Amino acid sequence: MSDNTNIPVNATTPTATTAHDKALIFEMSHPGRVAYALPESDVPEIDLNEVLPAKFQRQAAAELPEVYEVDVIRHYTALSRRNFGIDNGFYPLGSCTMKYNPKINEDVARFPGFAKIHPYQPEESLQGALELLYNLQHDLQALTGMDRVTLQPAAGAHGEWTGLMMIRSYHESRGEKRTKVICPDSAHGTNPASATVAGFETITIKSNERGLVNLDELRKAVGPDTAALMLTNPNTLGLFEEQIVEIAEIVHEAGGLLYYDGANANAIMGITRPGDMGFDVVHLNLHKTMSTPHGGGGPGAGPVGVKQKLIPFLPTPLVAKREDGSFYFDHNYPQSIGRVKGFYGNFGILVRAYTYIRTYGPEGLRKVSEFAVLNANYMLARLTPYFDVPHPRFCKHEFVLSGNRQKKLGVRTLDIAKRLLDFGYHPPTIYFPLNVEECIMIEPTETESKQTLDAFIDTMIAIAKEAEENPELVKNAPYTTVVSRLDEALAARKPVLNCSCG
Amino acid sequence: MKHRYLPITEQDQKEMMETIGITSLDDMFQDIPDKVRFKGELDISKALDEQSLLRYMRGLAGRNADFDRFASFLGAGIYDHHLPVVINHVISRSEFYTAYTPYQPEISQGELQAIFEFQSYICELTGMAVANASMYDGATALAEAGALAHGATKRSRLLVSCAVHPEARAILRTTARGLNLEVVEIGLTPEGVTDLADLTSKLSSDTAAVIIQSPNFFGCLEDIGAVEPLAHGAGALLVVSANPLTLGLLEAPGKLGADIVVGDCQPLGIPAALGGPTCGYFAVAESWMRRMPGRIVGQTVDRADKRGFVLTLQAREQHIRREKATSNICSNQALLALCASVYLSTMGKQGIRDVGKLNVHKAHYAANRLAASGKLTLPLTGSFFNEFAVKLPDGAANVQELNSKLLQRGIIGGYDLGRDYPAFAGHMLIAVTEQRTREDIDAFAAALEELL
Repeated sequence: MSDNTNIPVNATTPTATTAHDKALIFEMSHPGRVAYALPESDVPEIDLNEVLPAKFQRQAAAELPEVYEVDVIRHYTALSRRNFGIDNGFYPLGSCTMKYNPKINEDVARFPGFAKIHPYQPEESLQGALELLYNLQHDLQALTGMDRVTLQPAAGAHGEWTGLMMIRSYHESRGEKRTKVICPDSAHGTNPASATVAGFETITIKSNERGLVNLDELRKAVGPDTAALMLTNPNTLGLFEEQIVEIAEIVHEAGGLLYYDGANANAIMGITRPGDMGFDVVHLNLHKTMSTPHGGGGPGAGPVGVKQKLIPFLPTPLVAKREDGSFYFDHNYPQSIGRVKGFYGNFGILVRAYTYIRTYGPEGLRKVSEFAVLNANYMLARLTPYFDVPHPRFCKHEFVLSGNRQKKLGVRTLDIAKRLLDFGYHPPTIYFPLNVEECIMIEPTETESKQTLDAFIDTMIAIAKEAEENPELVKNAPYTTVVSRLDEALAARKPVLNCSCG
Repeated sequence: MKHRYLPITEQDQKEMMETIGITSLDDMFQDIPDKVRFKGELDISKALDEQSLLRYMRGLAGRNADFDRFASFLGAGIYDHHLPVVINHVISRSEFYTAYTPYQPEISQGELQAIFEFQSYICELTGMAVANASMYDGATALAEAGALAHGATKRSRLLVSCAVHPEARAILRTTARGLNLEVVEIGLTPEGVTDLADLTSKLSSDTAAVIIQSPNFFGCLEDIGAVEPLAHGAGALLVVSANPLTLGLLEAPGKLGADIVVGDCQPLGIPAALGGPTCGYFAVAESWMRRMPGRIVGQTVDRADKRGFVLTLQAREQHIRREKATSNICSNQALLALCASVYLSTMGKQGIRDVGKLNVHKAHYAANRLAASGKLTLPLTGSFFNEFAVKLPDGAANVQELNSKLLQRGIIGGYDLGRDYPAFAGHMLIAVTEQRTREDIDAFAAALEELL
């Protein structure tokens, strides 16, 4: 892959000294070219200096590149070809639920009636959008077993913080000062980080030898200062917390609440519900469970569901229905934690998620979870002879292996991941969760066929053999990518965070 | 059941169960206590076939008044700008939109370079040293700026102009409560800008940041250069929220001494979509680089000394620092940042100025045209870019009723300022972008004259 602009036009840019096979858009600039076609002004011209005093005006023009439309398209097409998405191949990135992103979702979200509407339009001119939001609130309530859902949070971590702020307001409303949030050591890093920004202190408890919450540790950790326990179930090892009923009792008896991190909800749809397990607050990641595209890092959506006692604290507004069947934004929550996001959340993502739900319905969503779990257990069964398995029993939608056996041969988990790139796969999540050494975390999702799984498994087995017979081959991978083993230490030590194009 | 996204056939399932050593799918769920097993059918919307689903969704979409069919004069943070057609083609490349966060740089150079270019664009527009990979939206970026200022100064009072977007201030208050910070609002002058005397009286050794927006919520330009010595004189950081589209014409806040510049990229080629998803930007002076929230992409070299890009400065982030992270944010709005980058690539050095001029010309034409009949007045005298407030005649219908009537004439009217500012009841905030023709503006003026 290359293009015809390998030689930077501006030889003074710092990047000019570095060899590369893809120019920056700034390096393609050729003064005089344009890629836009604005209308001529149809109103009387005014002197800008009259309406914009000099102190407000830009002294030096912003040095944006001057390119034409073909440059723009070729540049971004070239960049896209240097990127790997689900449509390119198998993407078993554990905890990220990289399932197929249906195309109908994309088409529907682009309907002008969804894409070209303003949040402050009169409510009577948004009834279709409000109905969609109302239905989605309802469906997510039913799916999670919660009493009310807000669609405002923009991402999972945003949902966590929203939920914890509600938990804080709930305790405060009862005149209780509870300052501690308990997280297992297998928790996602966002859990403790969200607890901090919600004003809590985090207590981390060690998992037991079965990879589950250690009830004795939990009993020791809870007390009158316990605000909440944050739990992912199935947890990040892909294991169901079998003692969830007892866990809920311990936390509730201490006066704390239970927070469900919905990162792994793809395992449980129609099979079990957080609300029935005893959770008081739940967030879902629609960009995982509900198939909305990850977009290279975002946008996502992290709706939060709560039980009755937390409803007064929900962020406003919520979408409500009048007796005459019309819909409106309900701002009347005097104890609300306030706003957490501009407007009504990531509406375009919510449209995609609702479209997805309507392709499956209740029976279909249950099948989704059953096949996600079947695929994971099949892979685990076939890979077990070749890799260390820290918790050899049925998993849910994902499982973890350890690369300890290969490490003894000098091949690290990172090397195995890089070697997978040569075979056209996105590697699994690696070195997470933190409580498994040389961790390899695999989540196939339900949208992958047996043939795809078999081909990947065979590749993993072949790499395990390579590690035994020719470890150097694995340690020096990848060989087929546009760049290989980038110097991350250099990037952090001498940060170059923009091209200083100006 | 058969479904187009599900490939496992009955035969596949049989073979897979044999390999696992089970006889029923239920065997894999035995660890879920019976007490919490869900029995029966979920009470959720029913499945539809592809044609029925498209028909149903078109029906819902058709019940919303969209910009293709209605002329919008509504802004207040979300604008109807032209979306150059190339943008949708680029963001529809599924190599971009179906990828996750670029954790594996070897197969993510496209996204990483796109983000590096986005960061470069933001630095160039804002005049700041460093920008991150983007935030949820402009409002949450503003709240994170308050949090950064607290962390950097170890002070806990945030002074925010009441001319900052009401929703951004609301989110700032929620965020501040989480971090146990105090938020104090600064009043407005009759011209429609932040009252510097009020600001001066509220500055103290506890002030972590002075937060302003320019153009502010009323459309007026703030004199950033006059706020800067006040903020810095008190040892506080200066946070400026700026509409990036205006920065083709307006001075870069970084050149005027801002420590943190934030804003929403929606005006840069992102569909309005009921207000989301959009894309916040976050840029800082070099001193605060390692305190920035969110993802950051940096340039480096690979083992053959070839240029490449990676996620960097990760020692700030939650997956390493956990409860000690600078923020809990672990994502960005990459696909919308891509929209903004493609927009800026398309507009280029000349286009970003030209589109700005069109907005200024049309908005000023509209302001004069609306005031011409004498029924509407322009209460604020501050300079503006593409948005301004008008006062309806005393005793006239309220803004909400007026907007309902405008809707029947194919017009989406302005924002009801009385919603957030009781002193501005009966005032409408009007945005005029390059999308509005002289004909649209004249029709809007004529409709208002007739209805009032």
